[in-house]
Amino acid sequence: MSVLSATGIVAGYGDRTVLQGIDLSISGGEVVAVVGPNGAGKSTLLRVLAGLLQPRRGSVSLDGRPLSAFRRIELARRIAVVPQVFETLFPFTVREVVGLGRTARIPLFGRVGRADAAAVDAALGDLEMAALADRRVDELSGGERQRAVIAMALAQEADVLLLDEPTAHLDPAHQLATLDFIRSLAARRGFLVCAVLHDLNLASTLATRLVVLSAGRALRDGAPSDVLRPDLVASVFGDRLAVIEHAGHPAVLPLPQRLRSSERDAHARSPRD
Amino acid sequence: MTTRFGIAVLVVALLGSSAAAILIGAVALSPGEVWSALWGGTNDTNGTIVRDLRVPRVVAAALIGGALGVAGALLQGLLRNPLADPYVTGTSAGASLAAVLAIALGGVTLPAVLPLAAFVGAIAAATVVWRLASLGGRTTVLTVLLAGVILSSFAAGIVTLLLVASDRLALRLRAVLGWLLGGVSVTDRAELLTAAVIVGAATVVAIALARRLDAFAFGEETAATLGIDVERTTLAVLGVTALLTGAAVALGGVIGFVGLIVPHALRPFFGAPHARLVPACFLLGATTLVIADIAARVVLAPAELPVGVITGLVGGPFFLVLLLRERRRVIV
Repeated sequence: MSVLSATGIVAGYGDRTVLQGIDLSISGGEVVAVVGPNGAGKSTLLRVLAGLLQPRRGSVSLDGRPLSAFRRIELARRIAVVPQVFETLFPFTVREVVGLGRTARIPLFGRVGRADAAAVDAALGDLEMAALADRRVDELSGGERQRAVIAMALAQEADVLLLDEPTAHLDPAHQLATLDFIRSLAARRGFLVCAVLHDLNLASTLATRLVVLSAGRALRDGAPSDVLRPDLVASVFGDRLAVIEHAGHPAVLPLPQRLRSSERDAHARSPRD
Repeated sequence: MTTRFGIAVLVVALLGSSAAAILIGAVALSPGEVWSALWGGTNDTNGTIVRDLRVPRVVAAALIGGALGVAGALLQGLLRNPLADPYVTGTSAGASLAAVLAIALGGVTLPAVLPLAAFVGAIAAATVVWRLASLGGRTTVLTVLLAGVILSSFAAGIVTLLLVASDRLALRLRAVLGWLLGGVSVTDRAELLTAAVIVGAATVVAIALARRLDAFAFGEETAATLGIDVERTTLAVLGVTALLTGAAVALGGVIGFVGLIVPHALRPFFGAPHARLVPACFLLGATTLVIADIAARVVLAPAELPVGVITGLVGGPFFLVLLLRERRRVIV
C-alpha cells in the first residue's frame, strides 16, 4: 500500500513563506480533504505533495523514496494531479485531453497502444463523459471540463490522486456523484486521495480525514466528526457558522445576519478575511 | 475528414503548385519543353532556366514555407498563444540580424555558416520572447507581441546602423544588400542541400515532440504532472524552432505571417494535436510560399516583388482579424 508523507514542510514563493512546517502522512485507501480559509496554503501544500514546488525545508516521500529522487515521468505514473485551472485556446477534443493522461506511458516515437485506448475509454466511462468524447474541450461547460480533467488524471493509472478544488464548477448532483466516485477509488481500488476543498460540507461527506490549514499550519488532522467542532470552525472560519450533525456527518451552516453592526465591522476587519 | 485524406490533399496541392511554379516564368516555355528540360534532353538555355533557376527556386520556397509553418505551430504551442509565429515574435528578426552580421563581417565561407548564424540569432530572440512571455507564471498574448515588436525594431535598427556605417567599419555592404534584397532566388545547390537537411531533421524532431507540446497547451505545471520534463522540452522546442527559422531566414530573409496563418488554417481540419498538425503545417506552409512566390514573380512581371511583400499583404489583414477574434477569448 502506498504512503505519501510530508515532514516539516516549509515552502513559499519569493519572499513569502506560505507553509510554516507541515507534517502529513496519507496512506492508500484514505481520502484526505484539506480545508482552510483563503490564503491558508492549501493549493501550495498540494503543489508540494505533487512535487511541483520544491519545499525550502522538509521533504516529501512516496513509499519512503523522496519525490526529488523520482524522474518526472516516473512520478506521473504514480501521482495524478487535477489542477484548479485547466484552460486552452486550442481545439482539443475531450478524448484527446483524456489521452494526454497517457503521456508518461507512451515512448517518444511510440504509438498509442491498445492499453492506452482502453484506459482512456475506461476513464471516459467512469466520469460519464463517453457521450462528450468528441466534443471540443474549450466549448464545454465548466463542470463538463472539470470532469474531463478528472478523467485525464484517471487515465494516468496512477495510485495517488491529488485534486485542487475538483468540484468547484459542478452542480450539486455532479458534485456528489464525482465525490462518491473519488471515494470509491480509494475504498475499492486503494487509491491514495488528497483533495483541496472549499466546501466544508462536501469535505465532511467525502473525506475519511480532514486537515485544517490556517496561516500555513495544520491546526487539526483527524476524522471529520472530530475536526469540525464548533470551536474550531469559529476560530478558523469565523463565528457566523453553526455546526450541526446531519446524517452522521458534521455539517456547517451559515447563521442569519444577526450580529450588531459594530461587531460585524470588527469581524470584517479581522485578518482572516 | 481523416488525417490521411487531409495529408494526401496537402501533398497533391504542394505537387500541383510546384509544377505550376516550374511552368511559369519570364521566358515562356511549353509544358513539353519544361518536361524535356527537366530531364536534360534539350538545349542548354532551357535546361539552365528550368534546372538551375526554376527548380532550385521552387525547392527553396517550399523549404522556407514548410520551415515557417512548422516553426509557427511550435511557437504557438510552446507560448500557448495562437498569435505567435517566428515573424511576430521577432525570432525571424533575430535570425536576420545575425545573418547580416555574419555576411557583413565576411564570415560566410561555407554554405552552413549562414543558417547557423541565423540559428544563433533566432534562438537568442526566441529565448527572450519565451522568458518575457512566462514572467509571472502566465503567458499573455500581448506580452509576446510587444516582445516581438521590440526585438524587430531593435534588430532593424542595428541592420540600418550597419548599412550606414559600412564604409567606416569596412563591411561588405554589397553582400549584405544582396542578401537583404535577395528574396527566394537561390542558385547555390550546397546552400539548398544544407537547408533541406536542417529543415528535414528539425521537422522530424518537431513531430517527435508533438505529444509533449499537446500537454504544454494546458500549462507547464499540468505538463509536468503528466510526466514531461518541462525545462528540457522547452529547450528542445526553442532549439528546433530556431533551427527552422534560421534555415528559412538564411534562404529567403524575413518573410512574415506564413507561420501564423498556416496552423490556424489547418486546426479546423486537423484539430489541435501536434502529431497531425505539424506535418500538415509543413505541407501547407510549403504550398503557401510556392504560390506566394509565383505571385511575386507574376504580379509586376517582368519585375519581381520580394515574396515577403505578398505574404505581408495577405497576412497582415489576416493577423488583425485573428487579433480581434482572440481578444474576445483571452485577456490580453
